[in-house]
Amino acid sequence: MRPISYSRVSDVGTAIGTVAADPTSAFLAGGTNQVDLLRIYVEQPRRLVDINDLPLKQVEELPGGGLRLGGLARMSDVAEHPTVRRRYPMVSESLVLGASPQLRHMASVAGNLMQRTRCTYFRDTEVACNKRSPGTGCSAMEGVNRGHAVLGTSECCIATHPSDLGVALMALDAVVQTESPAGQRSIPIDDFYLLPGKTPEREHPLSHGELVTGIDLPPLPVAAHSRYIKIRDRESYEFALAAVAVAMSVVDGRITEIRLALGGVATKPWRARAAEAALDGAPATTDSFTRAAEAELATAVPHGMNAFKIELAKRTIVRALTEMTQREGSA
Amino acid sequence: MSPAIGATLNRVDGRFKVRGESRYSAEVQVTNLTHAVVVNSKIASGRISAIDTSEAERAAGVLAVLTHRNMGRVATVPRLLPSLAGLAAPGQSFFPMQDESIHYGGQPIAVVVADTIERADHAATLIRVEYETTPATTLLDQDRDRAYVPERIFGGLLPGQNSRGDVAKALAAAEVCVQATYRFAPNHHNPIEPSASTAVWDDVDRLTIYDSTQGPNSVQLTVAELLGLPPISIRVVSHAVGGSFGSKAMVWHHPTLVALAARHVGRPVRLALTREQMFTSCGHREEQEQQITIGAAADGRISALRHHKYSLTSRFDDWAEPSLQSAAVAYTNPNYEGVYHLVRGNTITPTFMRAPGEASGMFALECAMDELAERVGVDPLELRMRNVSDTDPSSGNPWSSSGLRECYQRAAELFGWHDRDPQPRSRREGQWLVGTGMASALYPVTQPVNPQRAKARLYNDGTAVVEAGVSEFGTGVFTAMTQVAADALGLPPERVRFVGGSSDLPNITAAVGSAGTSAVGSAVHVTVCELRDQLIRRAVADDHSPLHGADPARVQVRDGKMVLSDRPDVGETYADLLHRTMTPDVEVLGTWNPPPQDAGYGIHTFGAQMAEVVVDAELGVVRVRRMVGVFAPGRVLNRKLAHSQLMGGMLWGLGQALLEATRMDPRLGRWANSSLADYLVPVNADAPDVVVDTIEQHDDVVNPIGIKGVGEIGVVGAAAAIANAVHHATGRRMYELPITLEKLL
Ligand SMILES: Cc1cc2nc3c(=O)[nH]c(=O)nc-3n(C[C@H](O)[C@H](O)[C@H](O)COP(=O)(O)OP(=O)(O)OC[C@H]3O[C@@H](n4cnc5c(N)ncnc54)[C@H](O)[C@@H]3O)c2cc1C
Ligand code: SF4
Repeated sequence: MRPISYSRVSDVGTAIGTVAADPTSAFLAGGTNQVDLLRIYVEQPRRLVDINDLPLKQVEELPGGGLRLGGLARMSDVAEHPTVRRRYPMVSESLVLGASPQLRHMASVAGNLMQRTRCTYFRDTEVACNKRSPGTGCSAMEGVNRGHAVLGTSECCIATHPSDLGVALMALDAVVQTESPAGQRSIPIDDFYLLPGKTPEREHPLSHGELVTGIDLPPLPVAAHSRYIKIRDRESYEFALAAVAVAMSVVDGRITEIRLALGGVATKPWRARAAEAALDGAPATTDSFTRAAEAELATAVPHGMNAFKIELAKRTIVRALTEMTQREGSA
Repeated sequence: MSPAIGATLNRVDGRFKVRGESRYSAEVQVTNLTHAVVVNSKIASGRISAIDTSEAERAAGVLAVLTHRNMGRVATVPRLLPSLAGLAAPGQSFFPMQDESIHYGGQPIAVVVADTIERADHAATLIRVEYETTPATTLLDQDRDRAYVPERIFGGLLPGQNSRGDVAKALAAAEVCVQATYRFAPNHHNPIEPSASTAVWDDVDRLTIYDSTQGPNSVQLTVAELLGLPPISIRVVSHAVGGSFGSKAMVWHHPTLVALAARHVGRPVRLALTREQMFTSCGHREEQEQQITIGAAADGRISALRHHKYSLTSRFDDWAEPSLQSAAVAYTNPNYEGVYHLVRGNTITPTFMRAPGEASGMFALECAMDELAERVGVDPLELRMRNVSDTDPSSGNPWSSSGLRECYQRAAELFGWHDRDPQPRSRREGQWLVGTGMASALYPVTQPVNPQRAKARLYNDGTAVVEAGVSEFGTGVFTAMTQVAADALGLPPERVRFVGGSSDLPNITAAVGSAGTSAVGSAVHVTVCELRDQLIRRAVADDHSPLHGADPARVQVRDGKMVLSDRPDVGETYADLLHRTMTPDVEVLGTWNPPPQDAGYGIHTFGAQMAEVVVDAELGVVRVRRMVGVFAPGRVLNRKLAHSQLMGGMLWGLGQALLEATRMDPRLGRWANSSLADYLVPVNADAPDVVVDTIEQHDDVVNPIGIKGVGEIGVVGAAAAIANAVHHATGRRMYELPITLEKLL
């Protein structure tokens, strides 16, 4: 490991100031992704600024009925929070289905949104990767890419965004609160994640040293009827092959409100707007669900080993909507 | 007296492990220690055209940067030989860093030694290597046309092909033929402790290596040979080993490299492989394909079996895991043909991995048997029953013991097999298709070739210490040995201490092929029996003993006391005898001579596996709900240990069936998922309800304690039972492992 300096800060101003002033520095939250990448030389900060003492761990009500998750709130604390579970079950479920209990106790929600892709070529400094070393090429395009994305890809990068939480937040139109020396910003979650395009190395619109202070969940009654389903090879401790976050309300057999996002299949947490458009006002039937799933995946691009994800994503959407409808029906 | 054997004695090393007090090879406390990091080749074939180490050498804390230019030369080119032979046991017939040639991805090309591990690691990244790359073969299909049939495989221990009767004729005449091809992803062992070695030279010809190994003696002999030193110069210590599954059965490069590095820097050196390096440093289960044809009569009785295997081996060795041997004798079949076909590739030589050969070979056979059952319309269990062989079909010799029929029956009872509706896709619960499947399990009993030794000393307070050079890599062998010794000496287990884990101790062959416990157990048994007999002889010869003049054959031992068999009130304790005669202790070195390989018996362990799976009808996800495994491993030394081993084996089978696959990127010639986040093994949440039972069999042929081993048989057949259950649930046959969901979409 390269020599690294470490400091622990206790106020937001110092944290931002220290990192913003030094381009070779980085925030250290739970470290579950940062330290990993540092050990394999994918990230090479010279200075780590430990932000775990910042007073950003609370979950609090917002005026107007929303909820703010502190950026440093632990995944496990948010997952178990009674208000989160009652008003935003999909958020709680997306967290519980991620990583392992040990990791969830360490990891912060901001860190979860900021985590890097699990593309194995990204993690191997010896091979070409446009995200890690811009311009070198993409080894995954024709490589071992079973886990890679079929939506939102570009000719430069097909890496899946790994966050489960991000998918639930995408469905909810959450807002990311940040602070930097230039001041505070509110970034709608959809804008917080960038598509790879020609610059896969750029994943967020944040400036260096800009801190995620919190995540705002909007007041959204439909979110109380939501769920997160995650399909993977093993029952726990694995990233999604396909995941669906859905919130839905059905009145007299018709869908009156629908929020749908996909995980595990796209280069960013993926709001399924085409599917939503197809579902809005449609009868809550398998037919509608299938049509919506087809619409959403119409633009999907397979790359060899991951071709199955297109069908898997469609079926997972249908499954999630069917289960929601059954639940709604019986509620 | 309740004998210690069979009792569920808790692990004698459990307390240390739970409290974090066991010292693994990368944790031993050594003064003046330095740390080595290995740099691995990024190409799979070619040569190093330039290597610049100057920046690394200048980095802080660096003591040496060794490459093929300055690494010590080995005294001899190693020759692969399975460690079961009890001799030097290099994992492949190649030693790296002797010249600039590169034969496989991950081949060691440099070793950096520094004062801290972090500094060594950093310096390793500063080495600049230029390669001249030549085309590499890393997948079976790339060079299948060049497949050849080797003379012998498995380090020369087994023939490359085998036959009896006339298969072609029998197949042509068969009323039913089932033909199928099965493909297997490569697998890696992934024990929780990556291999590590710490080398300490006390003098130019005095070397101690702390090594994580299944056989301290194999390491001693191999390193001695490679360094050109006599074995007396080398001591290998293995205090605790965090699992192996075959990755530490052979001796790979790291103990020798670390010894050479330590000699170079003149200080002790520690080398702990990284998780990623474990994928290229200790062998693996090779990528393979098996083609099987079963010929049978209309009632399902087998008349012929043809079984061919294609697999990838290294440039150096004709290695194939012996997938054909158990399948060849599982059932009555008069006509048989088994052939290994190898393709040379750019890989480290593959190696033993838990149930080497049987895990894959029995998968192929047992899936084909399931198809045969369907074709002839016979229940799969009944089909097996009809084909059970009471003799070893390869020799006609009787089995030393079998128990296979009882295993089938017991498994069927425990599982509730008999209610099964044979119709595939006939059971559905909501989204889940439910299916059940079964398979037979067979594992050959391998015997060490050479004498096995142990030493036992009884002190005059009535406590005993027993020693043998076996290492504890998680199987519970130290606990089982404590029981064997306690039993024969008539002592409670708390009064016996077993010591192992060093090449200085009496010679025991590496614990491989599920033969570890039987080899050391037999040696311990023979030794402590001799010790006991000596003590009894002393007592009956001593005028002051209440046993004076008794017939030694009529003296028994129990609770630390020697007593007359028919008058248990007459006798004395070991302590009384030794105190009275002013004897501090009595010690015996004992030897067990394993029976010759051809003792006139077929010796195999048998079992039956059953599984119930659910398959998501739309999403293809497979989950195993319950597994039942019943095995006949001879005698059971410790029920708790044995059942844990068997259950662990069955869960390994689950991993093989559904999850485990190392994926090669042929463009790079390197594995693409060498981490535990990407190479999936089952986690607790995947573990179904597992029921394990054993049918004890008396077997006095196999060894004096009558045990056949439980380390691997649990794996065999488990994956086939699952695949057959998937077929029963979905109506679809699975011809490729692992069964991932895209195969069922
Ligand atoms: C084996 C394994 C399995 C996993 N499985 C899953 C899974 O199934 N689903 C899932 O969603 N995740 C999974 N994870 C990822 C895990 O959830 C993330 O590693 C974790 O959430 C990161 O949080 P952290 O606090 O540890 O972040 P760190 O590792 O400390 O930081 C990650 C990155 O975010 C930056 N950062 C941290 N906090 C802030 C902040 N407040 N503002 C700005 N930048 C910040 C850091 O500088 C760093 O670049 C898994 C991880 C592992 C190791
Ligand atoms: S998919 Fe993206 S992250 Fe992976 S190798 Fe290609 S560019 Fe790099």
